[in-house]
Amino acid sequence: MLALDPSFLAVQALSGLSSASSLFIAACGLTIVFGVTRIVNFAHGSLYMIGAYTAATLIPRLLDLSFGPMTFWAGILASALIVGLIGVIIEVLLLRRIYGAPELFQLLATFGVVLVVQDLVVQVFGPEDILGPRAPGLRAPVEILGRRFPSYELVLIAAGPVVLGLVWLLLRRTRFGVLVRAATQDRDMVASLGVNQAMLFTGTLFLGAFLAGLGGALQIPRVSAHTGMDLSIIAEAFVVTVVGGMGSVPGAFLAALIIGQLQAFGILIVPKSTLVVVFLLMAVVLAIRPYGFFGRAEVVGGSHAVGIASRKPLPGRFAMLLAVVAGLACLPLVADAYLLKVATEILIFALFAFSLQLLIGVGGVVSFGHAAFFGLGAYGAALAVKWFGLSMEAALPAGLALAALGAGLIGAFVVRLSGIYLAMMTLAAAQILFAVAFQWVEVTGGDNGIVGVWPAGWAGGPVPYYLLTAALTVVAVLLLRRIIDAPFGYALRAARDSEARAEAIGLTIRRHRWLAFMIAGAAAGLAGGLYAFSRGSVDPSLLGISTSVDALTMLLLGGIQTVMGPLAGAAVLHALRDWVMPLTSLWRLMLGLSIIAMVLIFPRGLVGTVRDWWEARE
Amino acid sequence: MTLLSVSGLQKSFGGVVAARDVEFTVARGEMLAVIGPNGAGKSTVFNMVGGQLRPDRGRVLLDGHDITHASPQKRFRRGVGRTFQVAQTFLSMSAAENIQMALISCRRQSGGLWSPARERHREKAVQLLARVGMAEAADVPCSALAYGDVKRVELAIALAGEPKLLLMDEPTAGMAPRERTELMDLTASIADTQGIGVLFTEHDMDVVFGHAARVLVLLRGRIIAAGAPDEIRRNEEVKRAYLGDEHALERPKGARPA
Repeated sequence: MLALDPSFLAVQALSGLSSASSLFIAACGLTIVFGVTRIVNFAHGSLYMIGAYTAATLIPRLLDLSFGPMTFWAGILASALIVGLIGVIIEVLLLRRIYGAPELFQLLATFGVVLVVQDLVVQVFGPEDILGPRAPGLRAPVEILGRRFPSYELVLIAAGPVVLGLVWLLLRRTRFGVLVRAATQDRDMVASLGVNQAMLFTGTLFLGAFLAGLGGALQIPRVSAHTGMDLSIIAEAFVVTVVGGMGSVPGAFLAALIIGQLQAFGILIVPKSTLVVVFLLMAVVLAIRPYGFFGRAEVVGGSHAVGIASRKPLPGRFAMLLAVVAGLACLPLVADAYLLKVATEILIFALFAFSLQLLIGVGGVVSFGHAAFFGLGAYGAALAVKWFGLSMEAALPAGLALAALGAGLIGAFVVRLSGIYLAMMTLAAAQILFAVAFQWVEVTGGDNGIVGVWPAGWAGGPVPYYLLTAALTVVAVLLLRRIIDAPFGYALRAARDSEARAEAIGLTIRRHRWLAFMIAGAAAGLAGGLYAFSRGSVDPSLLGISTSVDALTMLLLGGIQTVMGPLAGAAVLHALRDWVMPLTSLWRLMLGLSIIAMVLIFPRGLVGTVRDWWEARE
Repeated sequence: MTLLSVSGLQKSFGGVVAARDVEFTVARGEMLAVIGPNGAGKSTVFNMVGGQLRPDRGRVLLDGHDITHASPQKRFRRGVGRTFQVAQTFLSMSAAENIQMALISCRRQSGGLWSPARERHREKAVQLLARVGMAEAADVPCSALAYGDVKRVELAIALAGEPKLLLMDEPTAGMAPRERTELMDLTASIADTQGIGVLFTEHDMDVVFGHAARVLVLLRGRIIAAGAPDEIRRNEEVKRAYLGDEHALERPKGARPA
């Protein structure tokens, strides 16, 4: 049997070690930066990608000048240094302005950088994948137990421990390292000791970005530099840092080793399971150790959660509601088919964003993987149509039920966690589902998804489907609204404002949050199902990180501290996307910059700003 | 009549014994102060009664019910109310809504998904606020209240559960001297009229000797003295415990006799 052949197992273990090394180098900067700044830097993957592109572009030119191993390794180092400097620029321009901001804003702002870099990389390096040169002197494979094994992989295996050793020396033997370790343990204490915080943070970002760049540059003899590297590596790097314990470099090393071997041998047991295996590991570790291998409970407990506050009901809100419903009902009289399609999608995303508001704005539970429930709803509906031949009337509730069930499962894990670990765990859950949808081709159609998901005859065509969507959205939003103002919504707010107080008055926080997950998941699932039928198809991108970020951006744009903000945010974002995206190739750059600008100068959002202006006027 | 009875309570953190053989009782309507130098184990004992810490050994009985291993939520349902060193209220809600939330939880209605929370138990909430002198601030957001007023709202929240025992961790920390006396006078009168037992820790000796019926002195996790304020003030061992601060226990000028 092939799998029991010792030479095969050895080679498999070695390749596991080499991917562990690569993963560790990519992730260790992330964990150092988090330890000191308490920011989870989404842009870390972008720095990795820049490292790969820079090396793949720079090193061939250097090799033209002087061919040899020295030139190659100097080129790798130079690429990492360049990325380190980019990290400094990001710190000075952005990060140092958001150290005190709530976690959600930090995550969104650094995700803004991800979007900006995605477009800039295409502008600078071109849209083509760039195949890097192979390392001089390491082109011939070596023989291991009679099997050929690429010699560059052996270098990579050594690189991980070397980097670990160097980082260890840097942290143990230099003044900078002492400060980094001190800040990781107690940032406030370091600040009050008169340490130059700005220099420390900038230096840390340089180190983190340098390591990210190094990780990316080292990959170019194995894989070509391509767009999309950023999100795939950041997801894995998150897992490594979370499993190892955020801020712990040895933890990251251990986690990378385990994940490398799991990937190498996991695919032998369950083929095509790599992504799922990695995220399942994270789920299991966090369920047993909520702060990873070597992580500690956050002393400060993150920044103060922002969310909606109670206010007096507006006079004339029934009249306003009637006006909105009448407006929605009359739209088909004036709008053409295209506009109706846009309006349908806006309504769907409004419901999606609003369901997230129950978790974030009301519950203070920063879910970073809300796409999971949207996607489950969409896939649930599509699978019901494709495999069970159900009609739309039955498929929509099936999608909703699947999403609620998924939210119940994910929520049961997640409510045990808090702060950044919760955000990462929800992200991981969404990535697991993304991986399942992507890799389980026989059932989900893989990358192509499922097509032919059309509404029932009576709801076909733009006008009937728009009216159906509008009716379901209005009903769902009103129900959620009711829940937010009901004792249950108040209990969620109470747990968000003060967990200690909520417990002291007898509230069972976890149970409330778990139920909130299921309600929000069901609503998102309904939105997902409606989306599937409006498009006629589903694909894995519905479960992707960018779908989650879309919902978060809508929340941020409308105003996290307002109940109705997400609806306005969905309308504005979707309308902008629809009208601006065809006009420019730099949509992601603009969106990224807008997200950053909103976090920095406009954190209350559209509805929040208007409301504050209105109240100040009175 | 004994309300709270603590016996043989012990807790260590690593090699450090933070509480050893702690025994005491609190009667209905009685105010018992726990004092001691920093690190004496006040908070440890306090949190074992409140449910935030699990004791290694010993028992905590409330009204004859064993609550040694009960969660804070269960203790609340058994009749334990508490306030925190840094006042914990729901800052996004109005003062009245804070109390309403406690009343909702008390009546196990926090799972309600339909009728608005702001209409529930409003009258009762305003009554409770009136009892702590905060009725006028009923509709003011808690985030807009002065800290002394937040402390009063917190007391009203704790009273909403109709507690038999009130735990107050440094109730006057962070307050102006005049506010301190007012808050403790108020607590004393409520405890007296409703027969609530009050267990509190305190650094301010004016508050301790002005309001406690009995005082418990902890040193390195052990009770070294227990008794009426005047006995404690004369106790040589207690004076030595506060070494370097010999005047700490002298009768404060202008304080009311206990």
